[in-house]
Amino acid sequence: MSITAGLTNNYFQGVKSGLTLRWVGEVWRLYRETIFLSMTIAGACLAVDLALGVPAAYVLARRQSRLTRLFEEALVLPVAIPGLATALALILTYGVYREFRTSWVFILVGHVLFTLPFMVRSVLAVLSSIDLRTLEESARSLGARFGQRFIGVVLPNCRGGILAGALMVVTLSIGEFNMTWMLHTPLTRTLPVGLADSYASMRLEIGSAYTIVFFIMIIPLLVAMQLFSRPREQAAAPEPAAEPEP
Amino acid sequence: MEGRDRPYLILFVLPALVFFTAFFLLPMARLVAVGGSGSGGAATYAAIITTPRYFRSLLSSLLLSLLVTGATLLIAGIAGLFLERHRFSGRSLLVAMLTFPLAFPGVVVGFMVIMLAGRQGVIGELTAIATGQKVVFAYSMAGLFTGYLYFSIPRVILTIMAAAEKLDARLEEAARSLGARPWHVVRDVLIPALRPALFSSGAICFATSMGAFGTAFTLATDIEVLPMTIYTEFTLRANIAVAAALSIVLGVITWAGLALARTAAGSTVAASA
Repeated sequence: MSITAGLTNNYFQGVKSGLTLRWVGEVWRLYRETIFLSMTIAGACLAVDLALGVPAAYVLARRQSRLTRLFEEALVLPVAIPGLATALALILTYGVYREFRTSWVFILVGHVLFTLPFMVRSVLAVLSSIDLRTLEESARSLGARFGQRFIGVVLPNCRGGILAGALMVVTLSIGEFNMTWMLHTPLTRTLPVGLADSYASMRLEIGSAYTIVFFIMIIPLLVAMQLFSRPREQAAAPEPAAEPEP
Repeated sequence: MEGRDRPYLILFVLPALVFFTAFFLLPMARLVAVGGSGSGGAATYAAIITTPRYFRSLLSSLLLSLLVTGATLLIAGIAGLFLERHRFSGRSLLVAMLTFPLAFPGVVVGFMVIMLAGRQGVIGELTAIATGQKVVFAYSMAGLFTGYLYFSIPRVILTIMAAAEKLDARLEEAARSLGARPWHVVRDVLIPALRPALFSSGAICFATSMGAFGTAFTLATDIEVLPMTIYTEFTLRANIAVAAALSIVLGVITWAGLALARTAAGSTVAASA
């Protein structure tokens, strides 16, 4: 495995050092928009996930009924089911609304479906590890209302989970291909879609340069995720690594 | 407290619930309906088995995924145990690098296989020097197998490492002092102890391989695996009912694989494929 990575990495460096930055410039000229769109979607996806996921995770932590557990299970389905199937279902249901279909919001919907469980799980993991009930009881006995408790007690306590979830969501959104390839239109191309296009129709050098650009974007996020998860791993049992679908 | 907060809690979960219903449950129901709406009605689902092309694609997907899962468990099991048991300089860097492919889209993995074993790939160049014959296997089942292995191994290694951390080394020592050969220790001590981890990571590996589209999209110029068949049926042949039916079958297989492993392993596994 590491041999494979090593070989390809060397190969990439070989290509880069042997040639010039000309190909990177070419990538910038041809595929600039895809980079911006990927960033926009990742940002929007994070915002939606925060707005939907954090409150939902809080409710799931507070109420442990059969209904909430069912919802928690169901939320993971878009990750368990191949992105291709989800994308097909979205197109069959909402493809007729042309405005919606051709805007990048259509891709955003797919990304939110795919990333939401990671945000919910990340926040939920933190909320379940602290004594939420006692904290809230004391805040309430001091006269804090629901909103005050949520903003003053719950949110500060699950900051770690939110940050970990946010890194995960952005990384996944930038790298998502399976769903995006079905959902995209010629005017709404994300970075991985551009990558596939360059592999299929451009010179090998452009594909390589483009891949390097992608690595430059994604590797800092991965390193941040690693640095962030390390101290936590020592404190508590490591969570199973959450995995995107290649 | 619970009672008074109830309206707020409902308000809090409602947005996620509405989003999920509108953009997942509803579309999925539609997908199931469309799958049964072809010229043959519900028989479209049966056509998957009776039409040789679809059935072959389903079989080759299943076979490939099983092979990849088996190979991954073997390689990653050994490597994971080794990495957990030995401390050496650069180990943490190696482990960190192992997690990187987890976030690479399938197309990038496919491209790496092309770089490795494609027409201008490293293996081709090396074998051309060594034997005078260029070995190119990126665009065959072997290429697909390599790509799937590439993205499966990190997942499994990390799970194995986490599980091996909790292993009691004294059990192995006891077995050894009682005269067990190395192979017997592996068979009777290590594998049973790692079984939950092997099951859960194997299931994730299988589900991911079944659904992997990006890698197949880059490499599979003439091999049919299920995701590629769905894609060509939908986009090139406009055979929407069949595409929908095949997607449902694929979804059920991956979901069932994960669910089965979860009950078998007896622990909660993040069903993340």
